[in-house]
Amino acid sequence: MKKTNPNPNANRNILRLAYVVSGVFVCMLLYLGYFLQFESGGVINNAYNPRVDLLSERVVRGEIQSSDGQILARTVTSEDGTERREYPFGSLYAHVVGYTGKGRTGLESLNNFYLLTSHVNLAEQVFNQFSGIKNLGDNVVTTLDSNLQQTAYDLLGDRRGAVVAMEPDTGKILAMVSKPDYDPNTIAEDWERLTADEEGEARLLNRATQGLYAPGSTFKILTLLEYLREHPDDWEEFHFDCDGLYENGEYTIQCYHGEAHGSQDLMQAFANSCNGAFAQIGLELDKGKFRTLTEEMLYNQELPLSLSYSRSSFSMTEDGDTWEILQTAIGQGKTQVTPIHQLLITAAIANGGTLMKPYFVDHVENAGGQEVKKFMPSSWGKLISAEEAASLTQFMSRVVTEGTGSALRTDAYTAAGKTGSAEFETGRETHAWFTGFAPAEAPQIAVTVIVEEGGSGGKAAAPIARGIFDAYFSE
Amino acid sequence: MTTLILEGSKYLMIFLMIYYAYLNFRFFGEKYDFRKLKLCRKQNGAMFLIHFLGFLSLYLSRGEEKILVFYGAQVLFFAFYLGLSRVFYRNISRLLLNNVCLLLSVGFLMLARLDMEKAVRQFVIAAAAAVISWIIPFIIDRVWQLSRIPWIYGGAGLALLLTVCVAGVTSYGAKMTLELGGISLQPTEFVKISYVFFVATMFYRSTDFRSVAVTTAMAAAHVLVLVLSKDLGNGLIFFLTYLFMLFVATGKWLYLTAGLGAGCLASAGAYALFPHVQTRVAAWLDPWSDVANKGYQIAQSLFAMGTGGWMGMGLDQGLPGKIPVVEKDFMISAIGEELGGLFAICLILICLGCFLQFMMIATRMQAMFYKLIAFGLGCEYIIQVFLTVGGAVKFIPLTGMTLPLVSYGGSSMVGTFILFSVIQGLYILKRNEEEDDEENESQS
Ligand SMILES: [Zn+2]
Repeated sequence: MKKTNPNPNANRNILRLAYVVSGVFVCMLLYLGYFLQFESGGVINNAYNPRVDLLSERVVRGEIQSSDGQILARTVTSEDGTERREYPFGSLYAHVVGYTGKGRTGLESLNNFYLLTSHVNLAEQVFNQFSGIKNLGDNVVTTLDSNLQQTAYDLLGDRRGAVVAMEPDTGKILAMVSKPDYDPNTIAEDWERLTADEEGEARLLNRATQGLYAPGSTFKILTLLEYLREHPDDWEEFHFDCDGLYENGEYTIQCYHGEAHGSQDLMQAFANSCNGAFAQIGLELDKGKFRTLTEEMLYNQELPLSLSYSRSSFSMTEDGDTWEILQTAIGQGKTQVTPIHQLLITAAIANGGTLMKPYFVDHVENAGGQEVKKFMPSSWGKLISAEEAASLTQFMSRVVTEGTGSALRTDAYTAAGKTGSAEFETGRETHAWFTGFAPAEAPQIAVTVIVEEGGSGGKAAAPIARGIFDAYFSE
Repeated sequence: MTTLILEGSKYLMIFLMIYYAYLNFRFFGEKYDFRKLKLCRKQNGAMFLIHFLGFLSLYLSRGEEKILVFYGAQVLFFAFYLGLSRVFYRNISRLLLNNVCLLLSVGFLMLARLDMEKAVRQFVIAAAAAVISWIIPFIIDRVWQLSRIPWIYGGAGLALLLTVCVAGVTSYGAKMTLELGGISLQPTEFVKISYVFFVATMFYRSTDFRSVAVTTAMAAAHVLVLVLSKDLGNGLIFFLTYLFMLFVATGKWLYLTAGLGAGCLASAGAYALFPHVQTRVAAWLDPWSDVANKGYQIAQSLFAMGTGGWMGMGLDQGLPGKIPVVEKDFMISAIGEELGGLFAICLILICLGCFLQFMMIATRMQAMFYKLIAFGLGCEYIIQVFLTVGGAVKFIPLTGMTLPLVSYGGSSMVGTFILFSVIQGLYILKRNEEEDDEENESQS
């Protein structure tokens, strides 16, 4: 074969390309290394990863603890090596902590991977692996406050409903109760009875996040906000004469128990929850803008929530008829909301308009108590402006000082909120709502309460919020 | 006791793999032949030990005796292949030979763990391909007409690609397979070689503008047919390989930059034109928003690698079967999951080592024809490794490529054996020539 005049540059160019290729490969391997070291933990904690369950063959599932160190769930290994998941508080944390065994729910499901990952020191892990001993999984320390949880649980008593409490400036969930409940310790034995649900109790349903209810008068917060947006300068001139029954053509709207509120300005109408006044406001509003506002407030939207939840719905469009407007403006009609969603709106108002993402886990620590991973508060974004939040806070304070929220009047702190009594079926008691926060001037805790068929929000729901605030501020 | 052996094997295999990869790169820095020989012997030891520990773990985990039989057959094959190759060709590159065996052994091990039947098939094909490809260095040494027949390479290659494009069977969106009497073939694997030969012969004759234009047109035709078959991964390999060969043959940066520019435009065009390209890019950017559908493959691959971590779950202890087409497109993820991220990284480094060895052979060849062949085949090899590994670790979008010698696939196995044997042929040619020169010098 003849030796043609080889391009003198050829070898240099070959080497150049070889260097480039090597460089690209180094980048790719660094990327892989970065993934393995820093990202893999977050990635594999995913419901679609079937491998997590394999970990339970090597690791004893860790504990779930309250923020004050109470054990909410732990795995007990008996002498013959069989493992049993134990929930020392029984049904107290049933919905939020969830269960494992018959599938997984709640925090047991969300933190499956952390609970099944062990960060005991490497030497011990290797030693355990060789001797066939299971490593102890990491413990998940939640944001739940055992005192508040117990208070909420006791105050709700044997009524159906839900209570949720959260820190508005961080998003930490402090308490979450749903009733009726179940005992996660005996979930396997009770499974058939719970799923058959012959009494229609839906005990497995977490009403706090999955229960959909008409918002009732708590919805007037949004109606009010839209009215303030459309009348930034002349809302103080609003006036309404209430005789207990508002008539518009063939339609009538009644105030709660037909009470006549008399002459009302906007602040009074909100504090007294005057249906007539708000029905009339509804007729004046721009329906398109109103719908936009509700969607900005996360109706018909996804919530920043890791637990499974139902989506709230607001269905009135630009061509809603008079009856639909009258109903929607006072929170009746087709509008549906979950307690957690109410809480998020309330917390955003309490936090100057910024919604903090709700979260349940403060940190993960290894079996020896050393912190492995810390979760920090993070903002979802602004729901409303700071001015609007301040203004709504004023209105909601009046509800407590002069209106339907009288149950929260105390010298110990100043609360703000809104009651609601949502009709859901003619002839049955209304669902009682309260959503609010305290202290009004520098909010530290926000609470939403619903008592199914509890009657008036002020009488049935507000006292529960009062009890939680009392417990929180006496700590 | 069993767990002790299983755990011990896992760590020992990782250690041996690191040692093997280290020797591979030490080799490049060694000057003296006797030292190189020593390194290669150590590599053989490490490879057989990795292979042994792997199959021991698999046997302890499964307790099936056919695993032992299969292991025995492989040991015989490797021993004969390594030994006889050196008998036939005294000057064969032992480093490349070792790397082929290592990649094969890891592939056999993972396949046996995933699907015993496929592993046996793969083994039989590999053994046949190994025997057949022994003749290739002989041909390269004797048949000097190889550089005379560009249009046979080009014409035959293009005709094969066209046949696939028209009569091929579609799988995973791309037409890559021909069904012939119950056997499915992927002709692209062989066209890869004829294509490099075509380009090398053309540029060997002349690199004037006319020759470049004609060759470019023919290469473009190859790429275009591949794109029409929706085989974009191979299209990309053909395109880049041509571009790099053109650059090395002419030394003109203008060609390289213009080509890369055109490539970018073509990629943008492909993105706009093909919905499945858009899907893959979207799944690459964010697999998590649609884990159940579009992001499923890449998410499963990342779950596998992530759960395995640096050290792996241990052989047969993970769930690599959950990754779709794991035995073809995601072998590296399966290896990462069970044998460990470190093991997988070493494996990739060994592939890179093969490429660097190809490049060194290319620089040492005097004739432009041989230089371009070694260089072109090396490019094809490493681009394919990059596409498959990069796709599996989410470094680049998925292209559906396989890892040569490791992934399951008969055509790919035979094609890769031919590729390595051609380069071995060039290496042997060069070494024989050098020996002759030395003898002449010592005589004069
Ligand atoms: Zn009234």
